Amino acid sequence: MSSAPLLEVRGLNAWYGESHVLHGVDLDIREGETVTLLGRNGAGKTTTLRAIMGILRRREGVIRLRGKDILGLPLHRVAQAGIGYVPEERGIFASLNVSENLMLPPTVSDGGMSVDEIYTLFPNLYERRSSQGTKLSGGEQQMLAIARVLRTGARFILLDEPTEGLAPVIVQRIGDVLVALKKRGMTILLVEQNFRFAKKVADRFYLMEDGRMVNSFPGHELDARMDELHEVLGV
Amino acid sequence: MSTIFGVPAPALYGQILIGLINGSFYAMLSLGLAVIFGLLRVINFAHGAQYMLGAFAAYLLLTYTGIGYWPALVLAPLIVGAIAVLIERFMLSRLYGIDPLYGLLLTFGLALILEGAFRHWFGAAGQPYAAPPQLTGALNLGFMFMPIYRGWVVVASLVVCIGTWLLIEKTRLGAYLRSATENATLVQAFGVNVPLLLTLTYGLGAALAALAGVLAAPIYQVSPLMGTNLIIIVFAVVVVGGMGSILGAIVTGYMLGVLEGLTKVFYPEASSIVIFVVMAIVLLVRPAGLFGREE
Repeated sequence: MSSAPLLEVRGLNAWYGESHVLHGVDLDIREGETVTLLGRNGAGKTTTLRAIMGILRRREGVIRLRGKDILGLPLHRVAQAGIGYVPEERGIFASLNVSENLMLPPTVSDGGMSVDEIYTLFPNLYERRSSQGTKLSGGEQQMLAIARVLRTGARFILLDEPTEGLAPVIVQRIGDVLVALKKRGMTILLVEQNFRFAKKVADRFYLMEDGRMVNSFPGHELDARMDELHEVLGV
Repeated sequence: MSTIFGVPAPALYGQILIGLINGSFYAMLSLGLAVIFGLLRVINFAHGAQYMLGAFAAYLLLTYTGIGYWPALVLAPLIVGAIAVLIERFMLSRLYGIDPLYGLLLTFGLALILEGAFRHWFGAAGQPYAAPPQLTGALNLGFMFMPIYRGWVVVASLVVCIGTWLLIEKTRLGAYLRSATENATLVQAFGVNVPLLLTLTYGLGAALAALAGVLAAPIYQVSPLMGTNLIIIVFAVVVVGGMGSILGAIVTGYMLGVLEGLTKVFYPEASSIVIFVVMAIVLLVRPAGLFGREE
């Protein structure tokens, strides 16, 4: 394992308009790790992903990817630096069919999955490749949103609540996909409310509250920390 | 002489042809407006001026450099497209993210400046621009004589409209354009250079207007106000078709052109308002337009 983290976030502050939403967030992710952000609704998890990605523009602090500062980059250059983004709302385009949605994000580096590999991993998408993107079920849309960034060759993926609102059998399926991605050496930053799901894939957890990181611990400590988590998360 | 519904057949065919020709220009112009509005959310009031610039570019190329119609068909859209790229880069792009009214005011102001300047230099009267020798004369279709140049305009505009539609619906660039119309931020977060896409789209829309201007030059003459006369109708076409709908703009353009032609035959008094009557009815019954998606 290399010593420098793949992603290094230091003292990240961010604002939505006048409202200060991230307060000095620190975060480290090493190559090949799966890290999960936990926290209540509104704790700043999605905001953290959006700030890393550069979708949220008003930021201060340090965001380094492989040692290179990405905070100053224009939005489209962040993806080109090798980050794949799977937004919470999935972002499937209604004016594109499934295959066009899949092919939309430009390749950012070699070694992405081929279209054949993707259709093998997600046979449903192959069957429905000519359908309008938004005609897919919620689970299929989520698969498509994930598949879409796998094609680009991005080795680092930001995944925002991939299981939200989906049936248990689909959640299971997405869990299998993430495990397969980990085996391929992908680095994943996951926002997730579903503990059981997160436990299966996460190497480490960060706990957020009111736009701050309040704790971090390795994945195997999750069970031992349940009481503490219930208090912070209010679940 | 044969008649149809009490109207002499040649008069009817003649007006349908004129309707098709007018419709060709409505379609090409509203197509550009729809593409620009869809992606940039800018109501491009300079579209008529860009059409006029296309015609003047052809006229000036011929008058001062001897460059004829065929090269002008390519050069004029390139020149006007390049000007539009500069306008987008240095002016329009500063207005994104604020009230769309500012984009409308900017382009309206530009149109007034351009049309005023050309009127100052060339006067309000039209300058003649001859059709190329290959396209002069008329064709006997059996039921009517058709000037060859007018037939060419109808065919050329169909090719341009279908070509643009294929570009948007069937290519990768078109997929960027459609997806960015829905959610530009996400498309940019995937690594697509959306600011560049916006610039090129505005350039393309203006180039389409300029191409229409060159095609129009031998028919309507080249005058500083030729765009002003047309742009209001074209806006009505875009509204009837559905703001931002590409197919809607094309189909509605031809449809309303022919409808206007038919009105000239059967009830000439209404011919100048029939398009606006249709617009009012469509807005009442289907506010999103004939081809528009309800939002």
